[in-house]
Amino acid sequence: MASLNSALEISGLRKSYGGRSVISGIGFSVPVGACFGILGPNGAGKTTTLRCCLGLTPPDEGKILLGGHSIPDDACAARARVGVVPQFDNLDPDFTVNENLLVYSRYFGLKKPEMRRRIPGLLDFAGLTDKENARVEALSGGMKRRLTLARALVNDPDILFLDEPTTGLDPQARHLIWDRLKQLVAQGKTLILTTHFMEEAERLCERLIVLDHGQIVAEGNPHELIASQIEPNVIEIFGENAVAWAKARRALCQRLEIAGETAYFYCNDTTLVCEALDKERALHSLHRAANLEDVFIKLTGRELRD
Amino acid sequence: MSAHPSGKPGLPSAGLFSFGWIPVWRRNFLVWRKLAFPSLLGNLADPLIYMLGLGYGLGRMLPRISGVDYMQFLIAGMIVASAMNAATFESLYSAFSRMRTQKTWDAILVTPLSLDDVLAGELFWAASKSFLSGFSILLVISALGLSSLPLALWVLPIIFLTGFAFAAIGLVVCALAPSYDFFMYYFTLFITPMLMISGIFFPVENLPHSIYLVASWLPLSHAVRLVRPLLLGECPQDIVLHVAVLLGVTIVAFRVAVFLTRRRLLN
Repeated sequence: MASLNSALEISGLRKSYGGRSVISGIGFSVPVGACFGILGPNGAGKTTTLRCCLGLTPPDEGKILLGGHSIPDDACAARARVGVVPQFDNLDPDFTVNENLLVYSRYFGLKKPEMRRRIPGLLDFAGLTDKENARVEALSGGMKRRLTLARALVNDPDILFLDEPTTGLDPQARHLIWDRLKQLVAQGKTLILTTHFMEEAERLCERLIVLDHGQIVAEGNPHELIASQIEPNVIEIFGENAVAWAKARRALCQRLEIAGETAYFYCNDTTLVCEALDKERALHSLHRAANLEDVFIKLTGRELRD
Repeated sequence: MSAHPSGKPGLPSAGLFSFGWIPVWRRNFLVWRKLAFPSLLGNLADPLIYMLGLGYGLGRMLPRISGVDYMQFLIAGMIVASAMNAATFESLYSAFSRMRTQKTWDAILVTPLSLDDVLAGELFWAASKSFLSGFSILLVISALGLSSLPLALWVLPIIFLTGFAFAAIGLVVCALAPSYDFFMYYFTLFITPMLMISGIFFPVENLPHSIYLVASWLPLSHAVRLVRPLLLGECPQDIVLHVAVLLGVTIVAFRVAVFLTRRRLLN
């Protein structure tokens, strides 16, 4: 066992498929007990990075240490102490909630009496206590997600991987998952999550990396990234001729971005833009603080990724 | 990265010779238990209807075949064919559902179990379904007085072995299949012709020599040549050869299935 302060350590990781490089030499380390985010547009290499970490894909180059185990050589031993919430639910539709947890625990070699003791706690954590005998098909999307989270905890893991844990959930369900993830961090577990909800990353992650085209384009604490990478204020302007109006006043702020019919003024000081706006009746504007999404878009661009 | 004893460098493997397959087998068993009645009915009723229908219907028009009633002749064929069918359906359609549609395998692959364990679990499970099918038919025909106990009990391990062989081949096909429709090729080009030339419905000794030669390479013929004498109360000939072929097919096909499935899922 090495590197007791790092739950996950990656260096020089490379992976390509059919000559196309998906991960081009990334390295980062996740401290024990942290909530660590991997952000990036579609196709940036997030899921491939996770698959490499779990020993599901052999990297072309690079070193991975997960919980002190070398991956992929020692992946089975590493996975014994790891839980995974996949991007798409793969619960067993033929089983009840209870059976899903019980059957899954067998894959970890856990015994039935022990699980009988632990399952009520897991169900309680997932808010599924009264659904114990419900079939998975009868659960709502949010409940399925919570069951998947409970299932990832059957082995009481030290490290939890979450691949877009709240995609497709309504705000209530999403907030409930966030609350549970914070509880897990408070219990001392290490969380590694991919997401493209910037709000999720901003709320949960102490540290994050932004991946694009298989490379790390930014790394740090979300609030520090906002402070260091981008102007603190944003004025969004839309309405008739907003774009032309804004382009003529480019000099009023540090940076101007245009996306479709909307202009974004990124400013250290908003006074000049606000004064100019006061004279315009036809324009609508929104004045807000810069957030992680602005950083993300600045780093990865506005064009669509499919 | 150090090379692993079996397979792709660096990817952990376990498989046939560890116990990792047991929880996978138990998962499938639990699903089956919930649907056991219709499943058993399908495994039992279908071959019995064929057997009784063809055995009595066709049998009344036929002379004795290889010295026995057609019904007596057909029973062995039906037991072996239903064992093959049970393992084939399980390792094609059911395994493919668990791999692709339900993503059951994906869920297992992030636990300490390896893909080899998953495949070994599917192999053992599909063979178990064969066993169940063969066992239930044997029960019925024994109750009808159509088998000669206790020698017929030796049929059970043979059925199990036949299940292993066809489960392993089925897992190869599953690993190659882009979709469910692909399985039609396997049935039409392999399973159905094999049913016709392996001595299931009629003796193969009278077939043209070239077909007879092809048939003697097919695993189904070897299973039939073991089961038929046992049901008639005789000791089969060339036991070692027939068992070796079924075992060999199992081991080779399973190795190929592991290789192909790893390439498909763990690249």
